[in-house]
Amino acid sequence: MEGSSAESALSVSANSIRITDLTQDGDVLMFAITSQKLNSSAGVCVFREHEDFEWLQQSLFSQENVPGLQGIIFPPLPPKALPLQSNMQTKALKQLGFLALGQDWQGYCKALEFYLQQVATHPTLCKCKALDSFLINSESPGKQRGRKGIFNRLSQAVEEMRKESHKDVDNFFQNERNKNTNITALSKIATEKLIDVVMTEQKLALACGHFSTSLHLCVNQDDAAAVAFSKVCLKLSDIIEAVKQNFEKVASNNLTTLGLGLDLESRYQEAEKEMLFRRTCKLIELETVKKSTEKAKANKREVMEEFQKAVEKEFNLISSVAKEEIERFHSSRVNVLKNFLIGWCEQQLNTARECAELYSQHLEACRNMYSE
Amino acid sequence: MAASSERSPPPFPDSEEPELLEDSDDGADAFTGTSISEMDSLSPDTTGPPKDLFNTPPEDIFSDPLSDINSEPQKNVKIQSPGSDEAVDLFSDPLDDEADVISSPEVQNPVPDLLKETVETPKSDVIGKAPIDISSKPVHKNAIGARHQDIFEDPPKDSSKGSAAKKAGSAELFGDDDDDEDEEEEMFKEPLKAMTKKPQPSVASGPPINVFTEVKSEVKVKQHVKDDPTDLFAEEAVKAPATKPSSSGGSRTNGVHSEEQDIFSEATVELSLDSPLNDRKKKDAVKASVSAPAAPVASSSSKPPSKTLEELEEEESEDKFDLNISITNPEKIGDGMNAYMAYKVSTQTSLTMFRSKTFTVRRRFSDFLGLYEKLSEKHSQNGFIIPPPPEKSILGMTKVKVGKEDPSSAEFVERRRAALERYLQRIVSHPSLLQDPDVREFLEKEELPRAVGTQALSGAGFLKMLNKATDAVSKMTIKMNEQDVWFDEKIQDVENEEQQLRKLHVMVESLVNHRKELSGNTAVFAKSVAMLGSSEDNTALSRALSQLAEVEDRIEQLHQDQAANDFFTFSELLADYIRLLGAVRGCFDQRMKAWQRWQDAENMLQKKRESEAKLLWANKPDKLQQAKDEISEWEAKVTQFEREFERISATVQKDVIRFDKEKARDFKRQIIKYLESLLHSEQQLIKYWEAFLPEAKAIA
Repeated sequence: MEGSSAESALSVSANSIRITDLTQDGDVLMFAITSQKLNSSAGVCVFREHEDFEWLQQSLFSQENVPGLQGIIFPPLPPKALPLQSNMQTKALKQLGFLALGQDWQGYCKALEFYLQQVATHPTLCKCKALDSFLINSESPGKQRGRKGIFNRLSQAVEEMRKESHKDVDNFFQNERNKNTNITALSKIATEKLIDVVMTEQKLALACGHFSTSLHLCVNQDDAAAVAFSKVCLKLSDIIEAVKQNFEKVASNNLTTLGLGLDLESRYQEAEKEMLFRRTCKLIELETVKKSTEKAKANKREVMEEFQKAVEKEFNLISSVAKEEIERFHSSRVNVLKNFLIGWCEQQLNTARECAELYSQHLEACRNMYSE
Repeated sequence: MAASSERSPPPFPDSEEPELLEDSDDGADAFTGTSISEMDSLSPDTTGPPKDLFNTPPEDIFSDPLSDINSEPQKNVKIQSPGSDEAVDLFSDPLDDEADVISSPEVQNPVPDLLKETVETPKSDVIGKAPIDISSKPVHKNAIGARHQDIFEDPPKDSSKGSAAKKAGSAELFGDDDDDEDEEEEMFKEPLKAMTKKPQPSVASGPPINVFTEVKSEVKVKQHVKDDPTDLFAEEAVKAPATKPSSSGGSRTNGVHSEEQDIFSEATVELSLDSPLNDRKKKDAVKASVSAPAAPVASSSSKPPSKTLEELEEEESEDKFDLNISITNPEKIGDGMNAYMAYKVSTQTSLTMFRSKTFTVRRRFSDFLGLYEKLSEKHSQNGFIIPPPPEKSILGMTKVKVGKEDPSSAEFVERRRAALERYLQRIVSHPSLLQDPDVREFLEKEELPRAVGTQALSGAGFLKMLNKATDAVSKMTIKMNEQDVWFDEKIQDVENEEQQLRKLHVMVESLVNHRKELSGNTAVFAKSVAMLGSSEDNTALSRALSQLAEVEDRIEQLHQDQAANDFFTFSELLADYIRLLGAVRGCFDQRMKAWQRWQDAENMLQKKRESEAKLLWANKPDKLQQAKDEISEWEAKVTQFEREFERISATVQKDVIRFDKEKARDFKRQIIKYLESLLHSEQQLIKYWEAFLPEAKAIA
């Protein structure tokens, strides 16, 4: 989130990464990703689809020679988006939440962009070769799908229930886990509720649109009274149109600021949870190893102790990385949330001001309507 | 109306009238102050000069109180000029030749083969019967009539009352008559000559029917103006169809009515002295004169001028209008299922017709319904648009009665209170209904007799439904061939409009529902943000989140208020107007019924004439006299019904125009109100965001 000095492996500036364009080819969404070279003013533009992002994520997961990789909170990759079809709307909404709303996948692009930036600014992950090739190579990075590996969510799901409640040896992590579970749930709920609000606002905008259109049908030029009435109707239609636009703006403000922020927050909490889970898994592994070492017969004891030491070392490494990551995560998430909140508030304020201005103009016009 | 009814009874007045008219010509001149004979010299085609005259008077003329007399001659001019032009086209056609009527295409009902005897017999029978039918009604109609007499001691009224009664009585009598006739023709064969005569006097002395008891003190001028041209044409059509109906015809009629005009002109002067805004009047008059030619040329030539006059008068009355009604303090009285809501009806006025400037009464819902019943009984057949009261709601009221203090029943009470207030305001803003003694009594009198009929609501509702069903059937069976372009278009318009309003109403409802949903969702969101905030570690973020929760809570309240605003300003407004358009359609139906009566009378007249011809041919002089009497009687009725139709058409038209204006005004008012509320909530929103912004920025 904040810029990192360790950008040596990455040949582009992390903050310049943008998703500038989106093309839809059948069922596949193609994203145009531009970035700025570090050592020159040249820009790079590559086209990637969601599968390439998945490849990147897998590559990040399965990096070798990175100590304590499992303690890293991986920036969450938004789930794959399916091009909008009318019957898919509700499904997509369930799957993607906020990212499915908004026009032309704007939110989705923003989220992907944010994902890339997060990866690029991460002190460890930015060193990954895969990221560089993802951002620079015009060729689509190897179609070879990396092994799904240990981070397959599906296989996790069953164990999760069991292991998640495992008592931690470290109070810090125990607390963090409790809080994380709590906040994950809450932020998910908050996101859903905000989605409801936005959806309702969109519905309202739609209803206003219908109302305003129907008002146009009331126009009748037969005689003086009818003309006067028609004028009133048209005026009302304009006003309702203004109300509609206001709702649209408010909805899109909600969407692009607080919505994205909450969505990101909940996905990040999810990512932290995964990291903590991985650590817990390691902890459990360590504990079982310890147990079996204690039970082990003398001839095997030495081997086991070696093994236990290795595991313990790994666990400690993971824990220390995790601690760092958590601290980094907390400070940056507050920052990100703050920015989203401020942006949101400012936008809403602007919208409200514009709207009030518009309304008072309408009001003035209305009051003068008959005096002409 | 007074004028027309007064003049209707004499069966053949036309033959003697010419000299009389010539005499009274002078009287007219004397009265009007301007020489109408000068007008006479103008050719009827040149409608320009009188209009110029109308337009040009400088302001000072109008600011002179006496100059209101001037407006009278102008009225006359206006009536004359367009009127006399059109009289040729419109009125000479159907009525000029009596023989024509028989063969004219307007007579739609196939004429059954009539036997000489059967012509009279059914009639006599029905007549014998009819008074009994009517006699069930007199009791309270008499009461109304009597009350009227007490309150308005108008000279013209007494004279008109008798004839009015007779006319209306016979109207009802023969309205029934025609329907029955065909079926009963074969059944009754005995000619009862004595009977045919007998009912007449009895009806004449019978009760006055509401049609004519309507407001007479203030609307007199209007009536006079309205009647004037109708008389003119009716007479002209019968008397001198072939001759050029030049302006002399117009002045002649003026002469005929010079006496009445005297009475009325006094009224005019009084009326206009009351209103200080002569400038305004002038402006309107100019406007009216401009708009009158542009208005679709109504088939009844009397309309354009009378309309403009009415516009004028309406503006005046509006200026004078100073009556504020508010309904407050809904209060539940009683317990259980016998409980009811009573409302405080406070009136504030400077109108002299009321005893004091402010007064307050308590009324319950059924009283409001009762008022409507009374008014519609009296006035709906006149073609007035009577604002309908809000509907009874068994569900809503039961909730209130059960006495749960839940928000929905509070909303129901508030909604009803507001609806009743609008209902009363609409009634009193109707210039004619305001004059009704029942309205006054409703506003002023401490204790009202309990309104009956409205409380047994299921029964009444059922009856109403039945009535509506029969109305619908009769509407289908009456096929009016509409000759008035204005009405033709307006009826269409009203129907379209009703549909559109219904559509709009549905949309507003959905809008309101969405708003409510939004407010609910915002509340839930606020809660979840609050939860999130409470479990947040970072104190600044936690604080900001709980602040945000508060902001969202307030926004929720805003949405809720706005939903209520949407509802009360638009949904209720539209619902009101859907009901009102129903009332407008009711007026059109009344007009159609009047037309039907007229047509039936025409048919009857034709039958009588045929039977006369047969009698003549069969050479039966004893019956011939009776047949002739009947013919003249029916001729009178035809003219009377026709006039009634003209009158109701004029009233309906006037009321619809008033309604349209009122509607535009009402909508505009509501829109402004709505905008104000929108603006207000937006400003609140700005405040909330402004308060929140530093909180968000304070997050470390």
